[in-house]
Formats: sequence, C-alpha cells, structure tokens
Amino acid sequence: MTAPAPFWRGRVRHLALGGTLTLALTLATAALSAWPGWQSVAEGDGVLRLSFTHSGARACRDRTPEELAALPRNMRTAQLCERARSPVRVELDIDGRSAFAADVNPSGLADSGPSRVYRRFELPAGSHVVRLRMQDDPAAPDFTQTAAFAIDLAPGQSVAIDFDATTGRFFLY
Amino acid sequence: MAGPRAALRRGFDRAERLLDRPFGPDWNPLGQLGPLGWFLFWIVAATGIYLFIFFDTGVVDAYASVEWLSRDHWWHAGLARSLHRYASDLMVLVMFTHLLREWAMDRYRGRRWFSWVTGVPVIWFVYLSGITGYWLVWDELAQYVAVTTTELLDTLGIFAEPIARNFLAPPLLSGRFFTLMVFLHIAIPLLLLLMMWIHTQRITSARTNPPRGLAVLTLVALVVGSLLVPAVSQGPADLATVPQRVGIDWFILSLYPLIESVPAGVIWWGVLAFTVLLFGIPWLPGRREAGAAEVFLDYCNGCSRCVADCPYNAITLVPRSDGLSFSHEVEVNPARCVACGICMGACPSSSPFRRSGDLHTGIDLPGRPLAQLRAEVIATGQALSGPGRVLTLACAHGAGAGEAPGRVVLPCVAMTPPSLIDFAISRGLADGVAVAGCAERDCFNRFGHAWTTARFARERDPYLRQRVPRERVLTVWAGPSEPARLRAELDAFAARLAELPAFPNVRPIDEEEAAEAEAAALRRVAAK
Repeated sequence: MTAPAPFWRGRVRHLALGGTLTLALTLATAALSAWPGWQSVAEGDGVLRLSFTHSGARACRDRTPEELAALPRNMRTAQLCERARSPVRVELDIDGRSAFAADVNPSGLADSGPSRVYRRFELPAGSHVVRLRMQDDPAAPDFTQTAAFAIDLAPGQSVAIDFDATTGRFFLY
Repeated sequence: MAGPRAALRRGFDRAERLLDRPFGPDWNPLGQLGPLGWFLFWIVAATGIYLFIFFDTGVVDAYASVEWLSRDHWWHAGLARSLHRYASDLMVLVMFTHLLREWAMDRYRGRRWFSWVTGVPVIWFVYLSGITGYWLVWDELAQYVAVTTTELLDTLGIFAEPIARNFLAPPLLSGRFFTLMVFLHIAIPLLLLLMMWIHTQRITSARTNPPRGLAVLTLVALVVGSLLVPAVSQGPADLATVPQRVGIDWFILSLYPLIESVPAGVIWWGVLAFTVLLFGIPWLPGRREAGAAEVFLDYCNGCSRCVADCPYNAITLVPRSDGLSFSHEVEVNPARCVACGICMGACPSSSPFRRSGDLHTGIDLPGRPLAQLRAEVIATGQALSGPGRVLTLACAHGAGAGEAPGRVVLPCVAMTPPSLIDFAISRGLADGVAVAGCAERDCFNRFGHAWTTARFARERDPYLRQRVPRERVLTVWAGPSEPARLRAELDAFAARLAELPAFPNVRPIDEEEAAEAEAAALRRVAAK
C-alpha cells in the first residue's frame, strides 16, 4: 500500500498564485478593519449628557376614620395612593435656548416606575451656561427642582448631568 | 436564463473561472465558501481561547492586558489577536458572499429552504460575537461601540433604567461589566456554533472543512498578514471624554455610522425588515419543483446505494415492509427531496437494457422516470446523423442547460445510470456520449460531479462497465458562462469519434422501442 500523495504535489503554481491572492485579500481585510476612520463627533466639539432616573409623585389622599376602621390592623396606612405616578416635567436650556423640554412618562406597564431621562447634546468647545428645571409633582405650583451650571467644555470632553434623589439636587460628572 | 439572479450567477461563474487558474478548481475559494466559513470560525475560536488566558477583566486591567499581549508578547499572543480579528472579518466577507452566491445559484428555496432560513440567525450571531469582542478591548473604539450600542438599545425602552448610564462617567463603570461582556462573548459564539450545526443538518456529508491546500493557504496568508499589519488598540477608553474620530472595522461595525446618522426607529425597523425579508426570500416566490423520488419495492433490494448517494439526506434505510426476503428497504422524505435524480442513477435496477415488461427501477422520479429518460435518449440518438455522432447528457445548471440537437438535459448528470451510456453506444444511438456537468468547483446538486467521476472511474457503484470504450465517453465540467468551451469540446470530440472505426456488435433499436421513444418524446413536448 502506497501513502497518499501530499496535497501540494504538483500544485506549486496554485500555492504561489493562490497564496499571493489570499495574502492580498488578508491585507485588504486588515486595512478595512481599521480604516478609513469615522468622525463620530466633530473636531472641536464636546458632548453634554443629561441622564437621571427619578420617580414622579403619586396622587394620594388621607383615609377616613371609617376606612381605617374597616381595614385589618396591619394594613391601616394613613394614606391611599394611586399606583400610577405622574410624569416628570424636565426642561433644559443651553446658553439661554431651550434644548430639551418634555413630560417624561413613568416606566412600567402600570406607569408605576420611575421616569428615565437620557439625552445627548453635541456642543462646540467653550463656555456654556446650562439651566435645568424639573417638576415631579403636578400638584406643586412651580418647578420642584432647579439648577444652573457654568460648563467650560474642552474639545472631546464629555460632561454629564445627573440627579441625586436623596439630596434632591442635580450634579455634574 | 434572464433577470438579476441569472446575471449575478453568470458574474459569479466568470469570477470563479478566473480564480480557477490561480487556485485550481478544487481549491477555488468561491466554491468553498461554506467550508471556509467553518475554518475561519475555528481559527477565531482557537485564538479566542488562547487570548482568554491573558485577558484581565477590569476597568483598567482589560486595556492593559490587551496592550501587554499585543506589544510585549506580539509574537504569540499579539499574533493570536490579529488572527482573531482578521479571521472574524473574513468570516463576515465569506458569509455574505456565500449568501449572495446561494441566492444567485437558486439553491435557497423549494425544498432547500431549510439551509437558507437557518443561515439567517447565523448572520446576527456573527455580528453580535464581533461587537461584544470589540467591547472587551476597552479602547476608544470599544467606548464608542459601547455607548452607541447602549444608546440604541435604550430606545427600545425595555430596560429598568438606561443602560447607557453605565458609561456616563468613569465612576459609574463597574468591573463586573467586563465579566458580563466576557460571558456574552463566549455564550454568543457558542450559539453561533449551534446555529451553524443546524444550518448543515439537511444535507448529507456537509463540507465543514475546506480542502487541505486551501486551508493551508488561508492560514498562512492570515499569519503573514497578521505579522505585517498587526491588530492594535486605539487610545484607552476614558468616559470623561468622547471618542471623536475612531478607526472602524468596516466588516463588523459598518452599521455604527448609520446608527449615528438616522433615527433609532429607522435602524430597528430596518433590521426587522431585513431579517423578515431574508427569512421570507425562499417564498418570494417559491419554486415549483418536480415530484419527489418514489420507491418501487418490487425493484428495490435495500442495497442502500441511493441512501449513500443522496446529497440531501432525503433517503433512509428502514426495515422491510413487503415480506420479501431482504432486511431493508428505502424510504424517501418528500420534504427534503429536490428531485435531482441522483438516486435513480445510483440504483442498480436502473438498467435501460431490461426488456421484460415496462421499464421500472427501484427508485424513480415521477416527473422524469427512467423509462422516459431511455425513450428520450433513443429519440435524441435516432435524430443524430453523419460521422462522429455525439449524444450529450447535460446538466440543467451548467453550460449545456439550453436545448440543442443531440442533447438531453437533466436536473443532474449523476441522474444518468452508467448503463445508459453503455446502452446509447452499444445500441448504435451515438458514436460517443458526452456528459456535460456543471462547473467542477461546485456542483449544483453537491455530489453530481463527484459521483459521476467515481462511477466512470469504477470507484463507486454503479460502475461504468469495462466494455464501454473510454475514448467514446467525454466528460466536460463547465459553468453557465462557458457554452463556447462546451461547444468546442463537443466539436473536437465529434471529430475524434469520426476517426474511429464503427462500434462493433451494435444491436440497433427495434421498432417497438422506437415507437415507445417517439411516444415519450411527444409526451415531453406536451408536458412543456
């Protein structure tokens, strides 16, 4: 029994030409794997992002003494609240111009989750004044939280505005 | 053939002929796209496992470990990284070329829908594998991909809070994020492998390995290319900045510039529409196919040659049901049979010489039974005249697909029982028989070329009998763009046959056979 001929026997031309073409394809692939570049954000611009999660108020009322008496002792909470939360009103001005204004609906199938905000603004580098207003309770006569930031944005810089529900304040990253 | 598919098919055929020269038909990469995809997957998997040894999960560690392996250990780990990336990119290229070629070859609908439909998820798993891989490097490109991807995902509104918040500022990024990404980058390729396996389930002996020569060429080219142009990271990710200009991998991340340029809804609806369209293509429109092969137990002894030769896993051996003294019979799954007729060509009962009663065989095509094929051969042969008469048995997907004098067009040339060639010559129907199959590099019905070649070389049952003079048999493998070459080879064959002495011991067709042939020819004309 003779051993099978090696695969390259009589295939020098195919190995040379086919190998050259395959190498050319590999090099073209390598080039296209990193070039040409993509300009995602214009040179000289930076990015401001507004992102936070905050729950709007729920409509509540005090239970009457009769209602409380009708409840088992362990369920006698003083207030009765709707499950759904109110939308959160958010307004953002950049350099005196409105950049974002919306009533952000609560999340969840029953509208019982927090309102979520994520917005991205591409801005030219330089100084900017950002003003924020938020109203999380429709019963309140005015905005419940306000903030103003003077931001010095460098080219390629990313600045984020978040909200801390425990302190009730907006803050910068 | 007309229309965009036919034009694309001819385009592929021409490109493949060009590549036949430097590679040879058996190593032609365009004829090996599926096996190449598998080979590239294994390269990516092997290099990925190797890279995992050196990769650290952590906000700072990820980038540092990738830099370390790329720069300090470029000769093994850095090489593995480059191979990992370039093989992934080539896999995308091979995958889409494969998809386009199968569409052009019309091998995606009718009873071949399964392979097409199961290939669609493969596309997305390849992309998801690539995208999660780019996150792991945690360079500027990774940051760009992470932020763009999560911002797009957040538009679905299905997450408890925007996942893009994870990339809002440096303190918000957790090392657990990298653990999650490593998990995804392992789990998704495993699902990809599962889909690739399912993708090949409805064909027999799926080719999952390219020819050794092509595999060596591909691997060597990848290694040399990786050493010449090593894959490198971009600057380290920094969430206090935003990547302004990034080097994009246009194979895997080509959708990202589009994601940034159009509203998210356009992307999601576009992806959905593209996916639904791809899934639905086999039925837009579907293909009317001939009836599936039928088994005739009176002529089947369960020899299993048709089981071994069926390219589509459509025939199985089952216990005998008719009480005859054979242990098995064959059973055809009509949902898988594409009516290529290869089983009929493989059946030892498919002998056109038999004269006792009507001509039947063990497994036959209801739309083109052996009796009709014999009658067509007789009618076609009797119409030949002059010296060097050539009867051509041509594949409907190759250069001989069109009707021509002296030509019988078949769904696959392997549908021809070798005894039919013996019959045509020994009964004086032709001075020689030409078998004109589709291109050697990739048979339309997968094994038509291989089985025909092996049967003629007496390496696979049923053999072409020794008594058939080989100088009177010609095989031509030519694609749809090569009718001129086919014509030239047939003319040269006819000229050679004209030089030969008359075939001895010819037993001419009798009147009864001629009448049958005429009736069959009329039936075929009426059917058309």
